[in-house]
Amino acid sequence: MKIAVPVKFVPDLVEELTIDPSGAALDTSWLRLIINEFDDHAVEQAILLKERGGGQVTVMMTESDGADDFLFTAAAKGADQLVKLTGDFSSINNHALAHVYADLLKELQPDLVLTGVQAHNDIDGAVGPLLAELLGLPYVGYVAGLTVQGDKAVVRKEYSGGLVAEIEVKLPAVLGIQAAEQPPRYVAYSKIRQVMGTAKIEERPVAGLDLSGGTAVSRLFQPEAAERATMLEGGADEVADRLVAIFKEIGTL
Amino acid sequence: MPIRETFWNIPHWAEITQYVLALLTAIVFLYGILRHVLRWRKGKPEKRFDRLGGRLWSFIVQVFGQRRTLDEAYPGIMHFTIFWGMLVLAIGTALATVDWDVTHLFFGFQFLTGWVYIIFELTLDILGLLVIVGLGMAIYRRYASRPARLQNFPAKALARDDAYVLIMLTLITISGYLTEGLRLAVTQPEWAVWSPIGNVIAAAFLSIGDPTNQALHLVIWAFHILTAFGVLAFLPFTKLFHIFSVPLNIFFRSMKPAGALPAANMEGGMGVKEWKQFTWKQLLDFDSCTRCGRCQDVCPAYASAQILSPRNMMIKLDAHLWDKNGHSLHGEVIAADELWACTTCRACVQVCPAFIDHISTFVDMRRHLVDQGRMDKMLQDALANVGRYGNSFGQSDRMRAKWTQGIQPPVPDARREPVEYLWFVGDYASYNATLTEITRMTAAVFQKAGLNFGILYDGERNSGNDVRRVGEEGLFEMLAEKNSQVLSKVQFQTIVTTDPHTYNTLKNEYKWDGNRPNILHYAELLDQLICAGRLKFSKKLGYKVTYHDPCYLGRYNDVYDAPRRVIEATGCQVIEMPRCRERAFCCGAGGGRIWMEEKDIKERPSESRIREAVNLEGVNTFVVACPKDATMYRDAVKTTGNESRLAVKDLIELVHAAL
Amino acid sequence: MSQDIFVVIEHLRGEVAEISYVMLAGARQLSQSSGGNVTAILLGHNAQGLTGNLAADKALYVDHAALAEFTSDAYITALAGPIREHAPRAVIFGHSSIGMDIASGLSAKLGLPIVASCRSFTAEGKFVSQICGGKIMAEGDLPGPTALVTMVPGGYKAEQGQSAQPPAVTTVPAPTLEGLRVALKQYIEPDTSDVDITKEAMLVSVGRGIQNKDNIGLANELAEALGCAVSASRPVVDQGWMPTTRLIGKSGKRVKPKIYLALGISGAPEHVEGMADSNVIIAINTDQNAPIFTVAKYGATIDMFDLLPVLTEKVKQAK
Ligand SMILES: Cc1cc2nc3c(=O)[nH]c(=O)nc-3n(C[C@H](O)[C@H](O)[C@H](O)COP(=O)(O)OP(=O)(O)OC[C@H]3O[C@@H](n4cnc5c(N)ncnc54)[C@H](O)[C@@H]3O)c2cc1C
Repeated sequence: MKIAVPVKFVPDLVEELTIDPSGAALDTSWLRLIINEFDDHAVEQAILLKERGGGQVTVMMTESDGADDFLFTAAAKGADQLVKLTGDFSSINNHALAHVYADLLKELQPDLVLTGVQAHNDIDGAVGPLLAELLGLPYVGYVAGLTVQGDKAVVRKEYSGGLVAEIEVKLPAVLGIQAAEQPPRYVAYSKIRQVMGTAKIEERPVAGLDLSGGTAVSRLFQPEAAERATMLEGGADEVADRLVAIFKEIGTL
Repeated sequence: MPIRETFWNIPHWAEITQYVLALLTAIVFLYGILRHVLRWRKGKPEKRFDRLGGRLWSFIVQVFGQRRTLDEAYPGIMHFTIFWGMLVLAIGTALATVDWDVTHLFFGFQFLTGWVYIIFELTLDILGLLVIVGLGMAIYRRYASRPARLQNFPAKALARDDAYVLIMLTLITISGYLTEGLRLAVTQPEWAVWSPIGNVIAAAFLSIGDPTNQALHLVIWAFHILTAFGVLAFLPFTKLFHIFSVPLNIFFRSMKPAGALPAANMEGGMGVKEWKQFTWKQLLDFDSCTRCGRCQDVCPAYASAQILSPRNMMIKLDAHLWDKNGHSLHGEVIAADELWACTTCRACVQVCPAFIDHISTFVDMRRHLVDQGRMDKMLQDALANVGRYGNSFGQSDRMRAKWTQGIQPPVPDARREPVEYLWFVGDYASYNATLTEITRMTAAVFQKAGLNFGILYDGERNSGNDVRRVGEEGLFEMLAEKNSQVLSKVQFQTIVTTDPHTYNTLKNEYKWDGNRPNILHYAELLDQLICAGRLKFSKKLGYKVTYHDPCYLGRYNDVYDAPRRVIEATGCQVIEMPRCRERAFCCGAGGGRIWMEEKDIKERPSESRIREAVNLEGVNTFVVACPKDATMYRDAVKTTGNESRLAVKDLIELVHAAL
Repeated sequence: MSQDIFVVIEHLRGEVAEISYVMLAGARQLSQSSGGNVTAILLGHNAQGLTGNLAADKALYVDHAALAEFTSDAYITALAGPIREHAPRAVIFGHSSIGMDIASGLSAKLGLPIVASCRSFTAEGKFVSQICGGKIMAEGDLPGPTALVTMVPGGYKAEQGQSAQPPAVTTVPAPTLEGLRVALKQYIEPDTSDVDITKEAMLVSVGRGIQNKDNIGLANELAEALGCAVSASRPVVDQGWMPTTRLIGKSGKRVKPKIYLALGISGAPEHVEGMADSNVIIAINTDQNAPIFTVAKYGATIDMFDLLPVLTEKVKQAK
């Protein structure tokens, strides 16, 4: 079985996010990129499927700082094929990204495409369902675990309130992974280094992105101070006293 | 002239039989020895022939002097007497053999005659008594006082082995005395008084008279010979083999600094997956364990949860070397939880009379687990954070020097200007919000002392000491490379750090291209500044304090006195805890434990330590010299409810207060 | 082309999902700047009754056996026709397990722009989306001609989207729904043996800041002293430190206690949507920039491990 995992990097929220002078974009000079955590789960899920039932896992992403490291890490986990798209992706949006991936996937003809269900900077929709439509494949998102049975996948789709739907999807299909069956595994650095010597990253140049599907933002801002909580100052003692008073006032104590 | 007729009363056939037996014994014995040697040789190579002089000296002190064994009085004296008694008896037997079977047989003369013979007899007689005393102490200890560390072995057979050794040695010694006594009773030589014990026994037998005594003599002689040969022949198959393995192990012990962990095996994956990936010296370690249990007694992991016993680890590993059932080293023989429980505090290594290095073995096995990604989630996150952000807190590297905000004059950036002292701040002192005050105080003291110092700001990364001990060798190498790269571009003379872990790896594990700078722990620096008169105190604090030796400062790097001198210079009196200096009890945070989940802890090591301190008369301050200790013990005074009785203070807080 | 605002009503197992009302409230505001009507679109099978309390001007109802339960395949096919035909100003979906399965797909299928994670609309009809885990808000003009929007809760109250007056329902014939590739096999019920956290007057809720399973005990002690229950954010449940029945948020329960005490929870939108309607939210977090402080009424930047023992003690004394 061929499994493809197109992934993307997103701004690392550990860093303080600042808005650039135009006011409509994040200040990239301060940005540090990190793998979208749900994409990381998608990679893990793909590896788990491969370990369970065999197959070939292809991980693909666009060129950026840290892309090679990420791809090699995926290889150390068990990915077989690494693809890096090269070109200028500085103004890319999810629609354009989905087009780029769709072209590649038409060639690859995978049985299963796993993507993260969302990314925290998605503004023009999520990559997975866009991709599914471009490829003419069915899509199911919020997936937390699946089994493949012949030309079908039985997936566990999560709804709110802890309700889970067991859904049957005809393959090939695109799935939006919410959580892999186990948290993404740790790979030792020595393993990654070893893989760097043996694995190869295929580079695919991409020219002329079609950016027309994106959604324009005119202003970015941080949630306003007016919406902020009343802060209780002081040490544990003072805060605890205030809290007890609040509990009493509201009548839960 | 005093002389002994060798083989008195022994018929010729018995004499011949004895020689045949001796030959058989030698064959079995040599086979047994060879078996061990061949097993060790299955291990990976490791160079242990450097510094021969030092090796020889420690061999003399530790083997013949029994230096470390004597650290504990009762078992020390017990072992010392058995060791020396047995050694001299063995030499005596050898001399007698040479006397009779070499010099007498081939050259027709004997040297055990006259006064030499008398001294010989007297010495053997007395040392035999020593052996009896030692064996008595051992039997009493093992079967009457029964200390916990001698109980609950992983296999029942081991207790039988222990009993066998004690019984056999006792039988040999007693039957030796009886043989001698009977001989003296029959022959009644005039020099019999020089064998005082034999003579007493002879007196007891006199009433029986010949020929019964002669017959008895022959029987007991035969018994003595048989047990002695038996014990000798099977010596390599019993615990007694330690008389060979331990001296070897002492001779081949690591002569490197204690803080330099050996590099990881990289063949067939990182670390040790199966026993043949251990080095021969590690295999010798396992074979040298006499299961005395001293390591278990001092182990914080054992004390807090009993998951890990270093003693049992060695026992299980040794058994595994000989196991034919193909159990897997990881999982079946050694559980991951045991390996993760180790704090790498080195207390076990420090007390082991056989000089076993438990920690290198544990780390080698952890390396395999890391290679397989088998570790708890918290540890995974910590390592991923260290890899990504250079700190285990998962915070931005730009926040590393946030603690300096508002300090006037600003703390210099050593990457921009040359400094005399480069302060390597470390993760905890930099990022842990509760330690900011201490870190700022350290800066204030440095400034007061007029120190020309700077820090690396966001150029610094976790030094990797604990990352390495967790078993993540690749990440450690990356961290060391990155730090070295930054440091290579900085002009400085001395590195100073408040963190003993950082101190250890910078000092003992970074490569420095053969050009290691001066590296100081702040306790050492403060001590120097005080001695040089650069740091003058205006107050005498007058507290009664106790001081906790950080493992990586004390046991690993032998820095014990500098912090104590600093404390005294502030006008405080140091009252020692029962477990101090080399015996200091670990706080439980080392070796990456601070990043792992606690499982089924009965009493945290830090809590046990605080209780120890609270019991000291009049002590109200617990002084630490390690950022992790500050967090561990501040917690522990709270969880043990001792907040009002004991204040946890960093060394720098005393210094600052006394300025 | 019209200035109407369409709202794709989400429902599951015979119940309209709360997000649908939030979407209707948003649509109402948007319709004021666009000058059109609010139209609810309901897909289902024998589900017409669900339109009863929707605050919409009109409702379009599509009935088909294949629409009895939600599946992306059937929904996309069934929605494409009406959207194409009416070309409304906007079509609002939930930013949810249902809406997110179909909105982006429709965007690609119909070549229409889409705005994700929209929290509210401004008076001028601009969208305001919540991105970067709630740390950043993004504002922009609603793209045209027809904007597809996925909405997160938080901007509007559900009551604003409810009405006593049922909208006029027009039944729209369903397209042929054949060759569907996605099929529901069964629902797996959530565990109900545990305490029902939706019924608690107060919740002590713990997030990743709790660090490990053992520390949950500290929260339990406080909850015991207060006589309430402990709930959790997703990472805590994913680690297996608490059962799924205690999960609050998008994939867990939505709760409205009198007091919600959040300990070591950052306030990601997926979590906030489960507890935003609580009467009083109190947040304890060491990070002063944590988004949780924007939804909380009271907050304190303090280490919860310092606070918990003291607080538990004081609560016990206060009783
Ligand atoms: C489709 C989807 C559905 C989801 N559903 C849910 C859901 O139903 N419920 C849910 O909760 N999440 C859900 N999530 C996950 C959500 O995005 C967040 O990842 C999650 O809510 C974060 O949990 P947290 O706040 O506990 O952890 P973190 O975001 O890691 O926050 C931990 C916080 O603890 C603070 N902290 C650390 N130590 C201390 C201390 N000692 N004292 C005080 N504070 C401390 C830190 O400052 C930090 O703010 C969902 C995500 C997706 C994509």
